[in-house]
Amino acid sequence: MLKVEHLTKIYEGGTLALDDVSFEVPDGQFLAVIGLSGSGKSTLLRCINRLIEPTEGRITWNGVDITTASQEDMRRIRRRIGMVFQHFNLVHRSKVITNVLQGRLGYVNPALAIINRFPKQEIARAHTQLERVGLLEKANQRADELSGGQQQRVGVARALMQEPEMVLADEPVASLDPVLAHSIMRYLELINDEDGVTVLCSLHFLDLVHRYADQAIALNEGKVVFEGPPSEIDDARFQEIYGQEAERVG
Amino acid sequence: MADTEVRPVENGEPTEPGQRPRRSGRRSLFLALIIILGTMIYAFGYEVTDVDLDEIRSETRRTQLVRVIRELARPDLITYERIPTNTDAAILLPCPNGGFTPPAPDPNSRHIVVSPACGEPGVDINVSGFNFSGNARGTLYQVPPGSNLELRLDTFQTDEDGTFTVTVDTRERAETEPQTIRAVTRENIGTIFNRVQVDTGEVDDDTGEPITVTSPRISKAATDTWERIIETVFLALLATTLGVFIAVPMSFLAARNLMRDVSTPVIKLALQMLALPIGIGVGILAARLARDVSERLIESDFLVIGGAILLPVLMWIALRWAYPPLEETPPTSQEKAARGAVTAGVAVAGILLLYLVSNLLISFGDWLEEHGGFFDFIGSFLSSNGDVLEAIIAVTTALITAGTLMSLAGRLGTWLKARVPANVIRNATLPLAAVAGAIIAVLIARGIGWLYQITDPMKITWVPAAVGALFGLFLAMRAYRKEQVGIGLTIYYLARTVFNAIRSIEPLIMVIVFVVWVGLGPFAGSLALALHTVAALAKLYSEQVESIMEGPLEAVKATGANRLQTIVYAVVPQIVPPYISFTLYRWDINVRMSTIIGFAGGGGIGFLLQQNIRLLNYRAASVNMLAIAIVVASMDYLSSRVRERIV
Repeated sequence: MLKVEHLTKIYEGGTLALDDVSFEVPDGQFLAVIGLSGSGKSTLLRCINRLIEPTEGRITWNGVDITTASQEDMRRIRRRIGMVFQHFNLVHRSKVITNVLQGRLGYVNPALAIINRFPKQEIARAHTQLERVGLLEKANQRADELSGGQQQRVGVARALMQEPEMVLADEPVASLDPVLAHSIMRYLELINDEDGVTVLCSLHFLDLVHRYADQAIALNEGKVVFEGPPSEIDDARFQEIYGQEAERVG
Repeated sequence: MADTEVRPVENGEPTEPGQRPRRSGRRSLFLALIIILGTMIYAFGYEVTDVDLDEIRSETRRTQLVRVIRELARPDLITYERIPTNTDAAILLPCPNGGFTPPAPDPNSRHIVVSPACGEPGVDINVSGFNFSGNARGTLYQVPPGSNLELRLDTFQTDEDGTFTVTVDTRERAETEPQTIRAVTRENIGTIFNRVQVDTGEVDDDTGEPITVTSPRISKAATDTWERIIETVFLALLATTLGVFIAVPMSFLAARNLMRDVSTPVIKLALQMLALPIGIGVGILAARLARDVSERLIESDFLVIGGAILLPVLMWIALRWAYPPLEETPPTSQEKAARGAVTAGVAVAGILLLYLVSNLLISFGDWLEEHGGFFDFIGSFLSSNGDVLEAIIAVTTALITAGTLMSLAGRLGTWLKARVPANVIRNATLPLAAVAGAIIAVLIARGIGWLYQITDPMKITWVPAAVGALFGLFLAMRAYRKEQVGIGLTIYYLARTVFNAIRSIEPLIMVIVFVVWVGLGPFAGSLALALHTVAALAKLYSEQVESIMEGPLEAVKATGANRLQTIVYAVVPQIVPPYISFTLYRWDINVRMSTIIGFAGGGGIGFLLQQNIRLLNYRAASVNMLAIAIVVASMDYLSSRVRERIV
């Protein structure tokens, strides 16, 4: 159970990105976070694993307070939270397998990093995960030699390496074409269904929300303007979330 | 190109008819002022730089210039052995009744013709020479028959075709036999395609065999230049290598994006500052202990080699136990304590091992230097590396221990912060910060006191302590609310300032200080270049770190990686190509710098060049410059090719 209470984030310079956001996510839920660009979706997801330090409020996950966790505790929390990014965020010059292995950095001994080594069983695990996303034969290619869809699948494999209990997906399909978008979303659906992993996914396209999400919350200028099952988002709700001038696409 | 058209040029600013004259008037006034000011500036420039056109037109200056340029154009690359060559013709003094007809010379070989062929002693004669070397100088002698006596008559110089004609007075010496008129020239022996061995006339002291030399051969200037240019290239290589090793870790400290988020609670910082001097003290003690033990060990070679083999194995096993490759569950506090103890033990063993290795290096290097024959330079390399290692063990140990204690103190700080109520911490922070500030200030003041030879305890202990305490208090008060201080940015600015300061001093000036320290020669030069390289590369590198893509950094952090892992897996892969490129670029610069660092005593080709210029030995200087040009150009080409391939 992830519990977000009165979360507020004010950036240096005074931008209010999140304004008193509160919601709950039961384990195993697929939650879609929707809203306009700049409405605070990315900030919200990054506050959950503290890539961004929240200004106020509390986030508890399975009873552990994330907001006050020490650096060492944070390492243990983060390694259970996989993250998938809009721009994939792979290390271009590294091999695909290395990018996937990075998912285990929270588990392996940091001293091994100096000699750039991973234990054998981790390399085997990385191969398994690559097989799962159908990219085993690309393992020894450089990450930037892959197409966008393939790169995102590597990103998913990296998140899976963490054996996550929760996955944060920050617009995972926004840089992909619609066909590829479904293939990536299906992977997220799969790990949500099969492994029971909680998924928080920010999305742009409402049809994706309708199709994959159990629950949706909508942000507008940092405030939660909607919370409920995606089927409740009708035209009136849509106008509320996206503003009067918005038109539905797809 | 076809669709370019000439557009009417419009005056950019809309002007009203009435305003226009005034504005353009002001503009011309402004222009006139600028012209006047410009003239004044350049006139003053002429004045201070002693521009003197008379010197340019001066005849003597011109001749000198032409001479120097001509010598520079003929680099002294090849030396010909030159031996005096005699060309003889007969003359009869006085003239016999029947006259005298000398034997006819071979018109195709080098010969001289004397006219008249006989006459009263002391008569004027014309001597003409043919088939000599062009532009050669020589001397004419008169040699009486059956003697070795050479009576000097005059000198001559051949023209471009190798001919000459001079009129000389013969000596007043009457003989019945023909006398000899001898033209002596110093001729080059051999040609580049036909090299010959020449007997120098000297004898080897040891073997008793005559010493022969080859002619023509590579000149002394050229061989000296070769030696020095090799020295120059390796000077640059060493300086670059040393510089890179220091600059790479430093560049991370000077990268804003890595340091920006590094902040620490005041209590932690204060505890760490307290731990710093204690850590250095403990570290020096530990290094001393290890040295004592190792000195007892090195009495037996068996123990040294055994230790050097056994210690790493033991350390490896201990570390494998203490740091399992995977940690699924958080370690208990007993485990943590045991790990700490093992780590400390391994650290002491490590220092001991370093001493043993340095000893091994020195003994093996010395042995190789004596018995290695051609490989003696490797021996001397190993043994001086052993020396360096031994010298830095104490320092590194002290620093590492200080670092360890600081991190322990930091953990204590984090632990306290989690356990003790916040207001207690805040109030405890104030005195702690004051003490920490005082200690740091006293350390700095002691350093300054040493520099200016101040011994007054008031000045180097009590006043700085008070100031430092106040400063610490001030910092703690400022951070009272936030409880965090952005230590990262402080380090960033400090590192940047130091780099900029060092970078602004040219290595040519730095070398003066190093010459005082390590003496004239390439070592001083490479140290000066290395220092400058550290500053310059650290800045270039850190700018590369600042321009990396943030995405992967974020992704790696999100997996739970710590700072070291983030750098190794997200930063390093991104900066490898620019780092290599900048390193090559810097080597390039260092080769160029090392060609002139000798002017200030830093060894290399510059030293030779300066000497040759001072001795007005322009032909040798020309060889030096040629070598510099070749090396710099080829380095330039090489590094650009390598950079092309990598980036």
